[in-house]
Amino acid sequence: MSQAAVEVPPKGGFSFDLCRRNDMLSKKGVPLPSFRKTGTTIVGLIFQDGVILGADTRATEGPIVCDKNCEKIHYMAPNIYCCGAGTAADTEAVTEMVNSQLQLHRYHTGGRESRVVTALTLLKSHLFNYQGHVQAALVLGGVDVTGPHLHTIYPHGSTDSLPFATMGSGSLAAMAVFESKYHEGLTREEGINLVCEAICSGIFNDLGSGSNVDICVITKGHKEYLRNHHMPNPRTYFHSQGFSFPKKIEVLFTKVTPLKEMVGVIEGGDAMEE
Amino acid sequence: MTKQQANWSPYDNNGGSCVAIAGADYCVVAADTRMSTGYSILTRDYSKICKLADKCVMASSGFQADVKALQKVLAARHLIYQQQHNKQMSCPAMGQLLSNTLYYKRFFPYYSFNVLGGLDSEGKGCVFTYDAVGSYERVGYSSQGSGSTLIMPFLDNQLKSPSPLLLPALDAVTPLSESEAVDLVKTVFASATERDIYTGDKLEIVVLNAEGIRREYIELRKD
Repeated sequence: MSQAAVEVPPKGGFSFDLCRRNDMLSKKGVPLPSFRKTGTTIVGLIFQDGVILGADTRATEGPIVCDKNCEKIHYMAPNIYCCGAGTAADTEAVTEMVNSQLQLHRYHTGGRESRVVTALTLLKSHLFNYQGHVQAALVLGGVDVTGPHLHTIYPHGSTDSLPFATMGSGSLAAMAVFESKYHEGLTREEGINLVCEAICSGIFNDLGSGSNVDICVITKGHKEYLRNHHMPNPRTYFHSQGFSFPKKIEVLFTKVTPLKEMVGVIEGGDAMEE
Repeated sequence: MTKQQANWSPYDNNGGSCVAIAGADYCVVAADTRMSTGYSILTRDYSKICKLADKCVMASSGFQADVKALQKVLAARHLIYQQQHNKQMSCPAMGQLLSNTLYYKRFFPYYSFNVLGGLDSEGKGCVFTYDAVGSYERVGYSSQGSGSTLIMPFLDNQLKSPSPLLLPALDAVTPLSESEAVDLVKTVFASATERDIYTGDKLEIVVLNAEGIRREYIELRKD
């Protein structure tokens, strides 16, 4: 009978084995690799016919902009969209995962339109399971048979159901606009303008948000994804002729080292032994 | 009782970028006008450029409170120099003064990344670049601040003299004309603004030449 313990495969979730090593390395001055976050402004509001979601388009890696025009409004179902703030990889992964789960669920339940609360429960239970390590802060909105819904989901798994919501580093700037100007029964035009204003407030006053405004309008039986609906930040200066890069690399010193000795072959040589 | 490391810092970084380029008979010094803290903007209209002497201009990014204090110290020392020598300080002299002033606070530094530009006693453009504690060098061009990692490689590509190992030695000062240098500065800041969140709003360009000092402003992205 073998004395060694049976090798059990890991149960999934995060493995914290390397935490001690990382701690030791950072004490020695080795920095952790940075990851791409969407320092962001995302908003949602409920208007008279449904839900409008909005987002900026800047993705940052610390102080540097790594994507000037990324997409933060993710597709979940034909009638449900989700804006994501936080670590870009986490928001992408979690929304794609729930998107496919919703599709499978639709197949299993006779093709009925997905409900927003279904997406909400799937997202919040996943995030709670990971105890906040999956850093995704989401604004989920959609219209289903029970009506229009708008929810916010925090990285630890708590949710709120609200008539208007903002998340991300620019959430305060956007919320200031909403709190001043939001009222019930907004028309589609008023709603789109208000969302645009809130995102612009985040774009210009928050350094983590910038570039363009994406908008998604969801109503009963119909959705409209307005990519780059507003582009208030064109490049300010173009050099007249463009730049040329003529400078060659100066050769300072050349040395050729043969790796294999050149061997000359002599015809004839010793006759073979009989 | 659990012990905790003290986490109050006397420093803050207000962001921004500065550039200076020396020409045969001119010098261009430029900086953006955004002052920020963390993810917020404090003001879109703050000048990081200070005239120290008739032919000497300094641009500084970093902690603006320390920059302001440094500018005051240099202005006072310049006044004393003028009383004692009956003339304005030359740019190389001011360069040395700035280095000494920074090193004086070697163990509680000015959090200030400076670039000094002006005309030397022969009327040729000169640029001095500094670190926070006063190490300096005369160069043909330089950039400091949050956008310097984006700006410097491009300036190297466009302006860098060929390797110093090549003989005969070539001058560090750029052969570009004044308007070409100003154009280069505008392009470089427009590009840095695209990718650095701390750079933007407006660009202030100061040009020194034999006729005097000229100032120009252009708009940058405000997001």
